[in-house]
Amino acid sequence: MYFAKEVLDSSSEMRRKWEDEVKKVIAKSADQKPRWSTVSDLEIKRLYTPEDIKDMDFARDIGYPNQFPFIRGNQPTGYRGKFWTFRMFSGMGDAKTTNERWHMLLKEGQTGLSTAFDFPTLMGYDSDSPKARGECGKCGVAIDTLEDFMQLVDGIPMDKVTTSMTINPPATALWAMYCAAADLRGIPLSKIGGTIQNDMLKEFIAQKTLMCPPDPSVKLISDTVEFGAKHVPRWNTISISGYHIREAGATAVQELAFTLRDGMEYVEDVIRRKGLAVDEFAPRLSFFFNSHSDFFEEIAKLRAARRIWAKAMRDRYKAKDERSWWMRFHTQTAGCSLTAQQPYNNVVRTATQALAAVLGGTQSLHTNSLDEVLCLPSDHAVQIALRTQQIIAEETGAANTIDPLAGSYFVEALTNEMEEKAWEYIHKIDEMGGMVAAIEKGFPQLEISDAAYLFQRQIDSGEKIMIGINKYVSDEATPIPLIEIDDAVETQQVERLQAVRRKRDNKAVKKCLDDIKTACKKGENVMPYCIDAVKSLASVQEICDVYREVYGEYRDPGLY
Amino acid sequence: MGEKKIRVMVAKPGLDGHDRGARVLSRCFRDAGFEVIYTGCHQTPEQIASAAIQEDVDVVGLSCLSGAHRYLFPAVAKLLKEQGAGDITVVGGGIIPEQDFKLLYDAGLKAIFVPGATLDGIVDWFKTNIKPRD
Repeated sequence: MYFAKEVLDSSSEMRRKWEDEVKKVIAKSADQKPRWSTVSDLEIKRLYTPEDIKDMDFARDIGYPNQFPFIRGNQPTGYRGKFWTFRMFSGMGDAKTTNERWHMLLKEGQTGLSTAFDFPTLMGYDSDSPKARGECGKCGVAIDTLEDFMQLVDGIPMDKVTTSMTINPPATALWAMYCAAADLRGIPLSKIGGTIQNDMLKEFIAQKTLMCPPDPSVKLISDTVEFGAKHVPRWNTISISGYHIREAGATAVQELAFTLRDGMEYVEDVIRRKGLAVDEFAPRLSFFFNSHSDFFEEIAKLRAARRIWAKAMRDRYKAKDERSWWMRFHTQTAGCSLTAQQPYNNVVRTATQALAAVLGGTQSLHTNSLDEVLCLPSDHAVQIALRTQQIIAEETGAANTIDPLAGSYFVEALTNEMEEKAWEYIHKIDEMGGMVAAIEKGFPQLEISDAAYLFQRQIDSGEKIMIGINKYVSDEATPIPLIEIDDAVETQQVERLQAVRRKRDNKAVKKCLDDIKTACKKGENVMPYCIDAVKSLASVQEICDVYREVYGEYRDPGLY
Repeated sequence: MGEKKIRVMVAKPGLDGHDRGARVLSRCFRDAGFEVIYTGCHQTPEQIASAAIQEDVDVVGLSCLSGAHRYLFPAVAKLLKEQGAGDITVVGGGIIPEQDFKLLYDAGLKAIFVPGATLDGIVDWFKTNIKPRD
């Protein structure tokens, strides 16, 4: 930032005086610990001053909201026109149970829906697959066919509420179900809005919901981007996700760098494979970040993310449409920061993480429930989590003004530092030949493993603190009510699926699946064929089995 | 010949992809001087049991955070016993509610490690309780 020479001179003079004082105090009584760093182990200085941001240029590096480099957000009115979307991730048991939870959340003031699927659905297996044994409905909702899906969205105004679906390898099948359900209810595709996560690169890097190898996985994603650009203009066809990268143990800088480099990989693939111009699809790319416990690091990360993306889209990919430069993102508070010990402390953690996300300018937010470290959230716990967002929005004043921490010596310096370190990673991955190539080398996976191991060692040694784990430990157990998904959900879901298989026109199903196979082999867009297939009541696994057959299966190489 | 090393297989049964704990522990066991085989995610109980026998490990450490441990952990222990490898110790970890401990111990698991367990604590348990087999 421009500071008059006299300001910097007097600052450096005051600094010397202050440093002398610090030395005297430390000589008498040392700091509590020798090294102060973020949760990601980024070293932080005792004090930041104008000298730390003297090279910044206001117009170039900060600027105004809705103007390049968009560090202050895309919305000219900030949160005054509309708060971020209160979007709680939820799904449990069968479609009916989840639908009831959704209606409860909407009634309590939630403004968007977000779907958690169970592991068989996430991995593209049906509830009656031997691989699904023991998992049905446990971690989210079990969806096998369009019949389940119709029940899931029963009574939900699909043309008004936007719905996010955390689904990756079978994203084409589940999105096809959403499109088909809208169609059956007479809602045109141009009116539905929502997001599919549909980000396979971070699956190979971190979350490990795996099906086919990287290249065909990215091809299927580019199919959805193309289909959305042409037919479903309000849909975000990818949510490029750092959340899971962070949960797997990455540092904040790694989360930032790998996520944005993933985004660049998708941009390059759609341009190359589909021949679309960048501005035809880039405005519908969306992002998803973690908000961890280190307050300022998270705020700086989110601000840096917007600036990096705007620069990359404008300068690297030559996008002309300003909306292509926007980074629109959802945030979730950090599941990995929660503790099973003294679980009520999790409410506090989640509240400060949510506040960081808001100060970082998130457009959508999930706040974790206090019991999520143990099980799916109970009604009561999820209500506290939702109220946490509402209190931040309505009581704290955090939403009054846009990007309130801009100009802070510390926050700006940290934002710059994180951006710089992220670009170093991005350029390193460029040199490796891109993210798919880097993943094949195991590069991001092993970087994350290093960070996860270091953090665990720091927890064990007491260098980093988790209250209730390695400090202020209590022997007393705090019993909290836990939700348990009945094993009977599995039996009932299997029966329901088998009844569908008996009553549907199996010849028509086979024809639809053959059409998908032909599309895969010819390199055509699979989406129209998937919509026909789900309407014929083909199951999630039946569609995914076609992909497995044509593209082959990918096995986790088990890097550590 | 030096002292025989503990041979451990860290395994991820089922569809769960939460592998942070499994990866961190694999590295920790390696640093502790154990021989480590990490299966990666998405192994069936059958694959784990047969790999454990083939690799001649002393102990299998199962990790699951999806809630399917009630089915998957006992399945691995049972398959090992059925295939004459009941002397391979089976332990587990992850998000395991305390009310499930009895079911898992009854199924033959020897220890369960939950969030909050320290790396050194886990290594010590292995050094005390696992004797490398001849």
